[in-house]
Amino acid sequence: MAAAFNERMGLLLGLCISLLLGGSWAVDRGNFKTCDQSAFCKRQRALKPGQSPYRALLDTLELSDSRLTLQLINDNNKVHLLLELYRLQGNITRVKINELKPLKPRYEVPDVLVGDQPTEPLSVLSQDDNGVVLSLGAESQRLIVSARPFRLDIMEGPEVLLSLNSRGLLAFEHLRLRKDTQADPEGAEVKENVDGAEQQDEEQKAEDGGKDKEEDGLWEETFKTHTDSKPNGPTSISLDFSLPGVEHVYGIPEHADNLKLKTTDGGEPYRLYNLDVFQYELYNPMALYGAVPVMLAHNAQRTMGIFWLNAAETWVDISSNTAGKTVFGKMLDFVQGSSETPQTDVRWISESGIIDVFIMLGPKPSDVFSQYASLTGTQSFPPLAGLGYHQCRWNYNDQDDVKAVDQGFDQHDIPYDFIWLDIEHTDGKRYFTWDPEKFPQPKEMLHGIKDKRRKMVAIVDPHIKVDSGYKIHSEIRARDLYVKNKDGGDYEGWCWPGNSGYPDFTNPEMRAWWASMFAYDKYEGSMENLYTWNDMNEPSVFNGPEVTMYKDAMHGKWEHRDVHNLYGLYVHMATTDGLIQRSGGTERPFVLTRAFFAGSQRYGAVWTGDNAAEWDHLKISIPMCLSLGLVGISLCGADVGGFFKSPSAELLVRWYQTGAYQPFFRAHAHLDTPRREPWLFGPENTALIRDAIRQRYTLLPYWYQQFYQAHKTGQPVMRPLWVEYPKDTATFTIDDEFLIGQDLLVHPVTEEGARGVTAYLPGQGEVWYDVHTFQKHNGAQNLYIPVTMSSIPVFQRGGSIVPRKVRVRRSSDCMENDPYTLYVALSPQRVAVGELYIDDGHTFNFQTKKEFIHRSLTFANNALASRNLFPESNFSTDSWIEKVLILGASKPNKVTLQMDGKETSVEFEFEASMSVLTLRKPGMNAGADWTVVLQ
Amino acid sequence: MLPGSLKFRAEIFRQFYEENKPFTCLDGSRTIPFDRVNDDYCDCRDGSDEPGTAACPNGSFHCTNAGFRPTFIPSSRINDGICDCCDTTDEYNSGAKCENTCKELGQKEHEVLQKMAEITKEGFLLKQQLIQEAKNRQQEKQSKLTELQNNKKELEEKVEALRTVKETAEQPEKEAKELHLKAWEEQKAIIRAEKDKAKMAEAFLELDDDADGFVAVAELQTHAELDTDADGTVSETEAQGLLGGVDHVDTASFEKVWDNIKDKYVSELADNDSEQYPSDDDVQEEEEEDEEEDDYPEEDFDKVRKSFLVQAPPTVKTPPKKDEDEEAMPPYDDETRVLIDAAQKARDNFEESERALNIEKEISFDFGPDSEFSYLYSQCYELTTSEYIYKLCPFNRVSQKPKYGGSETNLGTWGTWAGPEDNKYLLMKYEHGTGCWQGPNRSTTVKLTCGKETTVMSTSEPSRCEYLMEFTTPAVCQEPEAVISSLHGHDEF
Repeated sequence: MAAAFNERMGLLLGLCISLLLGGSWAVDRGNFKTCDQSAFCKRQRALKPGQSPYRALLDTLELSDSRLTLQLINDNNKVHLLLELYRLQGNITRVKINELKPLKPRYEVPDVLVGDQPTEPLSVLSQDDNGVVLSLGAESQRLIVSARPFRLDIMEGPEVLLSLNSRGLLAFEHLRLRKDTQADPEGAEVKENVDGAEQQDEEQKAEDGGKDKEEDGLWEETFKTHTDSKPNGPTSISLDFSLPGVEHVYGIPEHADNLKLKTTDGGEPYRLYNLDVFQYELYNPMALYGAVPVMLAHNAQRTMGIFWLNAAETWVDISSNTAGKTVFGKMLDFVQGSSETPQTDVRWISESGIIDVFIMLGPKPSDVFSQYASLTGTQSFPPLAGLGYHQCRWNYNDQDDVKAVDQGFDQHDIPYDFIWLDIEHTDGKRYFTWDPEKFPQPKEMLHGIKDKRRKMVAIVDPHIKVDSGYKIHSEIRARDLYVKNKDGGDYEGWCWPGNSGYPDFTNPEMRAWWASMFAYDKYEGSMENLYTWNDMNEPSVFNGPEVTMYKDAMHGKWEHRDVHNLYGLYVHMATTDGLIQRSGGTERPFVLTRAFFAGSQRYGAVWTGDNAAEWDHLKISIPMCLSLGLVGISLCGADVGGFFKSPSAELLVRWYQTGAYQPFFRAHAHLDTPRREPWLFGPENTALIRDAIRQRYTLLPYWYQQFYQAHKTGQPVMRPLWVEYPKDTATFTIDDEFLIGQDLLVHPVTEEGARGVTAYLPGQGEVWYDVHTFQKHNGAQNLYIPVTMSSIPVFQRGGSIVPRKVRVRRSSDCMENDPYTLYVALSPQRVAVGELYIDDGHTFNFQTKKEFIHRSLTFANNALASRNLFPESNFSTDSWIEKVLILGASKPNKVTLQMDGKETSVEFEFEASMSVLTLRKPGMNAGADWTVVLQ
Repeated sequence: MLPGSLKFRAEIFRQFYEENKPFTCLDGSRTIPFDRVNDDYCDCRDGSDEPGTAACPNGSFHCTNAGFRPTFIPSSRINDGICDCCDTTDEYNSGAKCENTCKELGQKEHEVLQKMAEITKEGFLLKQQLIQEAKNRQQEKQSKLTELQNNKKELEEKVEALRTVKETAEQPEKEAKELHLKAWEEQKAIIRAEKDKAKMAEAFLELDDDADGFVAVAELQTHAELDTDADGTVSETEAQGLLGGVDHVDTASFEKVWDNIKDKYVSELADNDSEQYPSDDDVQEEEEEDEEEDDYPEEDFDKVRKSFLVQAPPTVKTPPKKDEDEEAMPPYDDETRVLIDAAQKARDNFEESERALNIEKEISFDFGPDSEFSYLYSQCYELTTSEYIYKLCPFNRVSQKPKYGGSETNLGTWGTWAGPEDNKYLLMKYEHGTGCWQGPNRSTTVKLTCGKETTVMSTSEPSRCEYLMEFTTPAVCQEPEAVISSLHGHDEF
């Protein structure tokens, strides 16, 4: 098949392509760079740990109350750098290093940090010729600046928490003029001297002072057939971080890899460079669609974070041996005991920009999340429907197809909230348009969906068909808002529509215009229940290097090289703004993106891209979303069923069961796969899938509340176990189970033919209740759970109260006024706490008008009480409490409800075998104050 | 909360819900006081205590739908803000504004059923004719078959003899045709070579901007279309590469250079760029012409996605250009034509006698209990959509052909009747069509419904490469009595 296909492509493109396909499903690795193939990474990685050539010039130290500046000098090339240190509110230290006098400004990432970062005073504790000791305020924390060689150490008491440049890997390629030797007539390789990065090389040192050394890739670099012109020459930066006492580091998504990051010694570094990777491979550090340069370091005592604010291509090396410790040990009076102390060393390398690092000192995991949220903002609060089930496929053929699928859900009594349209819905891949044959009456279709209180998402990608008859294109061109190629003309690349322009989303004017295109009168056929999906925003360019844009393309005065990893965030930002503006600022948007960066959580949902219908892809969905959650992006999901290939019925069912307990729950499928709506696999599987989706809907109140919390506080929704049990080392590498909030533990079945799973239930002295059987299990044990095809092992933590709506309807919107059932799971101490959050589910009124209900639910001393957490809030609901289940209860003699000064008796049933007390129809309004007393 | 009239509207429930007497769940699991029936709290596991509320996850609600058809809906649709029952009874407490549409629906259904009855009546009459005709044909065929069976050996020999005649006639035909073609190819080659030379000379003059008798690097660089690395410009290195590693060439050496660049070269005199960068329409045409080779419809362009496209910069998209001056092949000479005619005649004779032999095969088809489908045999029915012409040749094959030229794709050849057990003649299955890229072979299900006409009503591709065709024929029309009785089955009428 592949051969015939190639022939066709050959004819079509006038070029014979000899590529293998069909035999292997794996990524074509040759399309993507290794570190060795990326000149700056190769250069930087050749630099080995050792004595740093950088020296701090202490006499240049200037200290205003919150900012310290100091010059550094590279003794090899005499280039001066400027170090800036800030103490930010919430236990964060910011370290900035730039050239003191760059030839021209170097790129500093805008629009990622939220607001001004409030600073706190820094004070000098002591200073001598060797360095300066600064107080970081809290908990006897100090920052020590050592002068020769330059390094930074952050201490708490006698302990070093983290050191910078302790391995001497600070390397800053300063901007320079090109010293062309007379190029020979063939225009051969340019020869140029290297400094900075080469300073460890003794020979190089000897040559220093302008002598030429031949090295590739300084002023031009070629990968495959693509040449990067590099008019600014070498600009890369690098810095090392040592983490004594740390063995577990996490984060730096997006990689299809385990939760705990691996050491990269002898292998490839983790790469951060947003790329459209066709059929990605699992368990490797290759770059994928998004990049969040944030790493978390954790041990039983402390959690810290490193946020490397740089949007250029970035590589991260991790090693966890004890190398470098000797250097480290020598440096300080506070020697870190024995050589057995574990240590993780991390090194960040970026191609351009400046060093701008935020060190988040925790000490608890929740502190790190708050600290990071104070820098980049929190998860946007999605409309409630966004947490329901999403039905997608590339593509629903036409309006009739959409209608038939919608009816299929009703026929099979399966709820869903969103049906999605991929690229085929457009008129020739011209976004914001509809195919006149297949979707001639989009509003009629949308009204049909609205009648069922459901919604739709249509794709809008950032590549714009070059077609003078296409309004979007001609306007962007007329406004001169396209990304430019290096020669100043509009950059054009190949994507779905053929030849395409790429709007310069880094330009605020472009973003404002783009946002305005979502107005109901601009986006024809759109209405309020149509939402948006941004795909291909890495950006994907089929004929570009590594399937993306040339690095020497220009965004205003900045090169694509500088802004690459930000492009997707800007597309997402502009689209989200558009959806907010179209409603006059009242309705919450829902926008899904494939590419992302630090801060993308503010704009909506993210999914893990084009996965495949394989068991390992199901498994990896857990660590991939956990890693994203750790760095702020909570609304994460993987294509249920797998995008490429066709899942077996068993895999599909297991995927629904897993996806139902992950934040963003969407099934999606490739154009060429057979149809796989939930009812196409026989009545048994339909029933299993229906049950999984219904479980999701019953838990929507809990999910919604979790996202409200994530929005307010920056805590992740889907959490690794160690986040809640930071001292339990058994949890540190677990990534086949996870927590939703802190109260539900999920261990989905992800093995083919599984008959049982072993779940780790954390928490010494705690208990967990199986949510299906109510059986109680002790914490701090590995529990074997026999499973059948209908099993989704989920446990509720003893000590928690989880609200549910057990009346599942066609869509979340239909459940608006339905009553709640409270699941009160008692701890061994017979207490439990929980919350209940209610608002209108779709507007910003919760924010702008305080229209919400937020209540604390407490069970203690045999009484369950609901109290208002925000008396100034104001919202009313028709929902009431229809049932209360108290797990781990004993049988009372009498149950009474105290409300409005009245006391009424409540009927109850007690099920002795599982110790479940059920209160029948207590009936109080969900927004009211009440107390239920067991006697 | 619940209108009293709602509680016992369903006949079938009346016996179970006796007012003011304890209620036993229909599954017998427990008995509850009567005031807990429809009290918006689910007491029975089977949901039977809440026939009028949404309290039970597995309950059903009965819409009486006076004027239309009574029906059950899942109780989760009660008061969900969506009107489900045409009599509006499901939304008694949601604020949804529902209108009673039962009468309209009933009327509409009545009209549809009446129309169907008419069609069925006429269709059934037509079916009787078809059966009669089939009987006649059957007799004819049967006698032919008897004849055939008696003379089978003779006939087979005749077929073989005719095959020999045919093949004997085809041999000289083939040779003559080939000869003719070869002569034409040679002729063409000469013409082409001359033209190419002329073009080369022209190009040389054009390229040699400074008229120094040499084409130099800089002169070549003005022709961006010659770009080899797809960056849109011809760099010095690229130009040198094209010139074979030197800085300039004279007319003699240019011949080699010309070979390298002639496919891309655009004359400065050419009127515009459109030839170099074909518009979408051009590509489309090109695709359709190529269809023969690959059998993949145009969406296949998308599916290979980037991994292929990465390799192919847009500028090389130019289809191989046809020489506009090239003429069509001259007609065959008389001698050849005589040979062709003779061969054609021999072919026709052979096929006719072979067909006689095929009657056995025809008789072996299942044309229905009364052979009512036999009239479809050897017929074809077409349906033209916006993109394709679909063709159904019952008991043979289904195919699809692009409307604006291009070759046919086989959507399946006759497989079996595939309807439900009680009437397998309601569905036809055609299988093993052309394979799909990384997918199954194409197949088509044909759904037969009663109609006066024999027509393909619609086609669709509900799943990738699995087609569905709706086809009407009198041959599936049932006896009108059956339809009428089903009509009367609705008590509302």
